[in-house]
Amino acid sequence: MAVFLQSLISGILIGGVYALIGIGLTLIFGVMRVINFAHGDILMVGMYLTYILFTFAGIDPFVSVLISFPLMFIFGGFLQKVFINRVLNAVAQNQILLTIGLGLIMSNTVMLIFTSDYKIITTSYSSSTFQLGGGVSVSWPLLISFLITSAITAVLYWFLLKTDTGQAIRATAQDREAAQLMGINVKRMSIIAFGLGSALAGTAGALISPTYYIFPQVGSTFTLKAFVITVLGGMGSVVGATLGGVLIGITESMSAAYISSGWKDVVVFSLFLLVLLLKPSGLMGKSRT
Amino acid sequence: MLRIEKLNFSYGDLKVLWDVDLEVKEGEIVTVVGANGAGKSTTLKNISRLVKPDSGALTFDGQDLSRLPSHRVVELGVVQVPEGRRIFPEMTVMENLRMGSYVKGTRKDRERNVEWVFDLFPRLQERQKQLGGTMSGGEQQMLAIARGLMANPKLLLLDEPSLGLSPLLVKNIFDIITGINRQGVTILLVEQNVYQSLRIAHRAYVMETGRVVLTGGGQELLDNEHVKKAFLGM
Ligand SMILES: Nc1ncnc2c1ncn2[C@@H]1O[C@H](COP(=O)(O)OP(=O)(O)OP(=O)(O)O)[C@@H](O)[C@H]1O
Ligand SMILES: [Mg+2]
Repeated sequence: MAVFLQSLISGILIGGVYALIGIGLTLIFGVMRVINFAHGDILMVGMYLTYILFTFAGIDPFVSVLISFPLMFIFGGFLQKVFINRVLNAVAQNQILLTIGLGLIMSNTVMLIFTSDYKIITTSYSSSTFQLGGGVSVSWPLLISFLITSAITAVLYWFLLKTDTGQAIRATAQDREAAQLMGINVKRMSIIAFGLGSALAGTAGALISPTYYIFPQVGSTFTLKAFVITVLGGMGSVVGATLGGVLIGITESMSAAYISSGWKDVVVFSLFLLVLLLKPSGLMGKSRT
Repeated sequence: MLRIEKLNFSYGDLKVLWDVDLEVKEGEIVTVVGANGAGKSTTLKNISRLVKPDSGALTFDGQDLSRLPSHRVVELGVVQVPEGRRIFPEMTVMENLRMGSYVKGTRKDRERNVEWVFDLFPRLQERQKQLGGTMSGGEQQMLAIARGLMANPKLLLLDEPSLGLSPLLVKNIFDIITGINRQGVTILLVEQNVYQSLRIAHRAYVMETGRVVLTGGGQELLDNEHVKKAFLGM
């Protein structure tokens, strides 16, 4: 029972960060119909940003979110304005190639600057835990990152559901042409959506940096993970990505505990395939009509 | 108010509009009729700048629309209710209406406009919280018109508002269009329901394969032999 509770709790905590990654990708896809293959690399940039702020300015990784979120928003908005907006009407292959190319440029640039050495951020709390009783312990950095994730997700939901700009982003995702007829500047919405998606990925990068190795190629794992999460939840569904993220987190941590950590990816992908077999449009996805 | 001169437009290599001339004066109801594929919707898409004209002049109150992005056209008060309703399916009736008054200058009138459109379409008030995508075709059409009215239109472009409605609702919609016009909204109406739409029109245009072939007063066209043969089956 202790093992079960332990891995359930760890799974939910790490799942929060996964949700953030997935929400970013699904938001970009929903508004632009572009799959952002640079998503993991954007997360990686967020990790290095955190590393720089920590190493050279002594800013705590969790506090640095206040800086990296807006910076990554601007970075994403820039990518959208300069590159992605130009291929919105292009064939899918070109969009895929463009985002893959942008990702490669990011990882190679970072490699040139920082070499491919693994970096770590060691904080006073990096490996500290507290006892929940019954043999269950919770890692402090995971718990803090989960709390930050929850706060960001809550604010994001409020933004999308209640504000004019948030509603305009959803409207653009649901019917781009009709949105134009409402007087919505859809190019601007695309910039905001890509900015937000990048800020979420970058923040996820910041939040995991106290517990992960930081290296230029770390992004590819997360691009794949983000993709699994969003497809599982239903492409374009923010609620789906939230659920998908937590579900993947729990699955990983359960399979690491009960099978072996080497097998966790196999279990995750089996679950992924199983869900898609039963519901091809994903958990929250709308079947196409 | 709206003036279109020698408008030409192609979808890629396919030319669909040839030297279209069309004018709407303030306070009018102007109807455009024509067979399927005549280019009526394409003309409206050019006005709303969903597409870019190949050549020709497109002005509204002296402003050159062909140089503006679509959202600026809406800000000027040229509002389109598109063919096929195009309701935001995963937004509630109320959220759809709210998107109608997204444009900055119209937000302050939101509450007043909501009251106005609920008055015109009481059904929408009962269904405020329903998702747009789950509404019936007729209800969606009401919502589409109501959403357009939320934007304080000076000129309302209506693309086949009566399509797919029951005969009773069709009559209702035409009465409402006349009513909206009396309240000061100028209307450019594209319709397949030739009889009803010519009856309420001050002036009208007939389009065939991308060209304007006939123009005149509403009643005048109703009495026209060509119109009678081609559209009214007489
Ligand atoms: N997106 C598009 N791409 C290519 N051709 C198009 C496109 N939209 C319309 N067309 C073509 O342009 C022509 C004019 O179409 P349009 O939709 O303007 O006609 P319409 O008069 O509105 O017809 P309807 O009464 O059936 O709505 C048609 O031949 C149509 O096939
Ligand atoms: Mg049409």
